Amino acid sequence: MRTPRLTIASLGAAISSLVMALFITQCRAEAAKRIVAVGGAVTEVIYALGQQQRLVAVDTTSLFPPEALREKPNVGYMRALSAEGVLSLKPDLMLALDAAGPPDALRLLREADVRMDILPEDLSEAGVIKRIRTIGHVLEVPRESEVLARTVEAGFARLAQERASLKRSPRVLFILSLANGRVMAGGRNSSADAMIKLAGGTNAADAIEGYKPLSDEGLIASAPDVIITMSRPGVTVDESNILNHPALSLTPAAKNRALAGFDGQFLLGFGPRTPEAGLALLDVLKRHAGEKP
Amino acid sequence: MSSLAPLHKAARQKQRTMLLLGLFLLAALAILSVARGAVSIPLPDVLSALARGLGVSGEAGRADLVVLAIRLPRTLLVMLVGAALALSGAVMQGLFRNPLADPGLVGVSAGAALAAGLMIVLGDILLVPLMGKLPFALLPLAAFVGGLAFTLLLYAIATREGRTSMATLLLAGLALGALAGAASGFLSYLSDDRQLRDLTFWALGSFSGASWTKVMAVAPIILPLLLAAPFLARGLNALALGEAEAFHLGLPVQRIKALAIVLVALAVGASVAAAGVIGFVGIVVPHLVRLTLGPDHTVLLPLSALGGAILLLGADIAARALVAPAELPIGIITALLGAPFFLWLLLKRKEAIGL
Repeated sequence: MRTPRLTIASLGAAISSLVMALFITQCRAEAAKRIVAVGGAVTEVIYALGQQQRLVAVDTTSLFPPEALREKPNVGYMRALSAEGVLSLKPDLMLALDAAGPPDALRLLREADVRMDILPEDLSEAGVIKRIRTIGHVLEVPRESEVLARTVEAGFARLAQERASLKRSPRVLFILSLANGRVMAGGRNSSADAMIKLAGGTNAADAIEGYKPLSDEGLIASAPDVIITMSRPGVTVDESNILNHPALSLTPAAKNRALAGFDGQFLLGFGPRTPEAGLALLDVLKRHAGEKP
Repeated sequence: MSSLAPLHKAARQKQRTMLLLGLFLLAALAILSVARGAVSIPLPDVLSALARGLGVSGEAGRADLVVLAIRLPRTLLVMLVGAALALSGAVMQGLFRNPLADPGLVGVSAGAALAAGLMIVLGDILLVPLMGKLPFALLPLAAFVGGLAFTLLLYAIATREGRTSMATLLLAGLALGALAGAASGFLSYLSDDRQLRDLTFWALGSFSGASWTKVMAVAPIILPLLLAAPFLARGLNALALGEAEAFHLGLPVQRIKALAIVLVALAVGASVAAAGVIGFVGIVVPHLVRLTLGPDHTVLLPLSALGGAILLLGADIAARALVAPAELPIGIITALLGAPFFLWLLLKRKEAIGL
């Protein structure tokens, strides 16, 4: 009598552990393993969480880390995705900024049962941190994302401290491009505007909205103390173009040679490096506003 | 007379050969377009998916969605739009008796581009607060209506006392085009960088959003032009002699003009709405056909339609394959494929240009 009962008990234990095991593998199976990242900030967070082995493709805006575009297939520009191109990677999850498109391609992907998580674009400190937590949640790596989120929070706190030590808020002009003497500047509500404010500066081009060409007189009136530009890796800001520009050369920034170039994705990507970028810009502001950094 | 007959026979023979060659090429490209793509699907799976699409029962496979919902409607849409653009070009060139005429001359492209720009830039600001998210169909619909409205306006400007002056139509088309260009330029000034990228991509054309809905929406608007081609061909042949001569031959000149303009506006408007602006097809294809087979519209029109479908389908296959899994805008490829070939043909047969 004893042996059978024992057997039944052990059988029950075996079954329940089997069920548990199945349940666990089921949960594991649901965590996405083939992810397509669309948007530079998304890719940056996934790499920062050390989850890049789960990425099967990125988009052309995924400029950081540089190996992302080197080692992963490229599904094209985020606003012009190809449904079949994305499907060819057999993704089980597409993580995208809400700028992703076109709508037709997204609709086809949804019809093909590709799980899609769309993240809002948010240029605030809270937005950057929330995006990290959301991605961590979706990727089921809450511990890693919590660590990253805390680090970024701490970075923002340090940035706030440093910002408070600025004696005055210098006027900063962000130049997106300078082609043929025409200056494309970052106005209100642009990503450059958000970054300038994070670093404690005042956007000198707040007369315009978004990225727009600024007239010569508008440039002189904007009277920037510091001019920042985009620089590609290896290409630093072309000072002579700014110093020889008829209008820019008359600004306080050009007279004091208060010029600096930043990598675009670093400064304006609004990924986990945002506090670092803010501190780097703040350093430039301090140096050129006559303060010791 | 007796010396002309064999020449005529030889020309007929050449036309038949070209027609068969074209049909064969189109069929081959259509098969390639459905069978190959970024997702690699073995040929048997493609065929069984197609069979299921035709109603033959069977286990639905992974390939079904890609073949039936993405590639098949895309292939059909590309062929329809290619045929419509090239045929419209041929009709416009005949109508204006000008080798440089293209569908853009009657204002369709400018009107459609302006309406699409309005929708991309102002739709965000004005319509999103009103109706939440913008419906998918709004942009193509706006483009279509804009193209048609522009053409009707031009037609009204150029028509006096029941006669349409082609010269007025041409010049007024230039003026309206410049106006629309200015408005589009202002829109691109207003737009943020994301909208600007949308405008740019739209202006280069793409079939990446092809779907059955689009095929069903576009086909009934394009088909009338394709079906009317034989009737238009006779009229255009007579018009080639001059408007007065055609009138004295007993042709309803005004009715042919009106019909041609309206059908072209509809077909090009629908094409632009479905795929954005795709240049070059409407100019190059009719000239290729004219250079090889002569200016007879009864031959020129059908073979232009065929050639347009071939060129665009080839370009679309390349657009999908070259940077897979991403896609190139198709306007780049049509120019890249068509322009050098066209130049080569011009150099080879300098004397044959002209209508």
